[in-house]
Amino acid sequence: MVEKVIVKGKAKGKILKSQIPINFLGAVDKKTGIIRDDKHDLFQKSIKNTILVFPYGVGSSVGAYTIYSLKSNNSAPYAMICKKTDLTVASGCALANIPLVIVTQKEYDSIKNGQEISLDTESKTL
Amino acid sequence: MELTKEEESALKGEKGEVLELAYRILVATGEAINADRLVPIHWAHLSGVNYNTIGDAGEEFLSKLSKDAKVQVKTTVNPMGFDIDKVSDYKLDDDFIKKQQSISESYKKMGVVPSFSCIPYEIFDLPQKNTQVSFAESNAAIYANSIAHLKTNKESAFSALASALTGKSPYADLRKEDSASPNLTIQMKVKNSNELTYGLLGYFAGKIAGSSVRISGTNDLDKRSCKALCGGMGTSGQCGKFVLDDNDDNQSEKVDFDNKEMQNILDELNTTDSGDLVVLGSPQLGLEEISDLALMLKGRSFKKRCMIFCPRAIQQQTSELGYANTLKRAGCEMLFDCCTCLTPLIDKDNTDGVITNSIKGSYYLKNSNDVKVNLKPLSQIIDDETKW
Repeated sequence: MVEKVIVKGKAKGKILKSQIPINFLGAVDKKTGIIRDDKHDLFQKSIKNTILVFPYGVGSSVGAYTIYSLKSNNSAPYAMICKKTDLTVASGCALANIPLVIVTQKEYDSIKNGQEISLDTESKTL
Repeated sequence: MELTKEEESALKGEKGEVLELAYRILVATGEAINADRLVPIHWAHLSGVNYNTIGDAGEEFLSKLSKDAKVQVKTTVNPMGFDIDKVSDYKLDDDFIKKQQSISESYKKMGVVPSFSCIPYEIFDLPQKNTQVSFAESNAAIYANSIAHLKTNKESAFSALASALTGKSPYADLRKEDSASPNLTIQMKVKNSNELTYGLLGYFAGKIAGSSVRISGTNDLDKRSCKALCGGMGTSGQCGKFVLDDNDDNQSEKVDFDNKEMQNILDELNTTDSGDLVVLGSPQLGLEEISDLALMLKGRSFKKRCMIFCPRAIQQQTSELGYANTLKRAGCEMLFDCCTCLTPLIDKDNTDGVITNSIKGSYYLKNSNDVKVNLKPLSQIIDDETKW
């Protein structure tokens, strides 16, 4: 169940799920979408064309530009699903028009890595 | 979030593309932090100036935006990627210089104060207590809320930009005079603390705290430790405020920060035991720290290269007061308008390892510049890396 819609839209794709918050500025390559923080559980994975599921964004406020750059470089996720909100991810997704929703802890736990899903913020369904 | 009629109309695009974009960002961020309305702000501080951080997409976005956009309140900006007076000393490619200058011009065109500093709280007069501001730059937002008695969300680059263009920001918990009491207390248990331990404490706190945190057991923090705490906290988390309070009489959850926790974080960020370049200034060093450093370096000189990052605003004073000379004699390169984070001036191909006391610097040097880092407090850096 979608608890809150931050940025509206529809998306369909494969889930890439992380248990660790993401510092977009330090941890994500803005050209390729590859995670380059070796302490992160998505290290060396690409977030491009996925439905990215992660707890929330942390760290640098410039991470919002990273999200915008990913979109401009065609390396952005189709949508993002978080369990907590933060200003960096919210504003980056708003400018880049990447759908962003917040889900309950129970829903978050039930989402499986690799699963194909469609997201529609109008009907608030996954 | 409730909008006024005028705000609704701007959101619909009836007042032009710039305001439509700004309100779209404000509404999304307002939803994200459970704001019920927008309030006026009196000072915006923007991040997203260094070409290395925002890239071509950011450069193009700002260039387009600046054709029509003007800031509505006092607006200051973060460091950029180089010091224009020192460009010839570094092998920067022409493309970087061109793009960096374009970004800088776009901001100036929009009417910002070209401060290029991540420590606005040190180089500008602070407005009166409880003034609403919008600070991107995580260390500055945390400093504003925790030390400078100002009120800001932990803004993002875009939410602060939207605030600059509208003079407004979402009114959420950190902006309220009776903002919620932190539900977590971190008890500082590390003895003989210095700015490095406070940076590590900040990084630890940022990882586990929500939007605010109480910290107990700290001694009086000097400016260096205070900035290190803000910088470390801003790097790892989404926490926007700390309260220093030794009174245990509260219901919050208590967590110890002891030697073991500190070592865990050092193991994560300290990636080498030595280095060939000393880097100071993340956050940038202000006049107080430069004065302190000049005193520590009197009669000494570095055995290795040493780069020091500062705001341009203090350049003249550092010369007039003789600090610049002392630092130069000690072998330091002072760089203005730029800082350690994602600097193009430090290159992994020419650097075996960076020695620094900055937790914030170490995170970005490691992850963004791919450079190894040796963390030590300033006193030890001076002992180990300088000679009489």
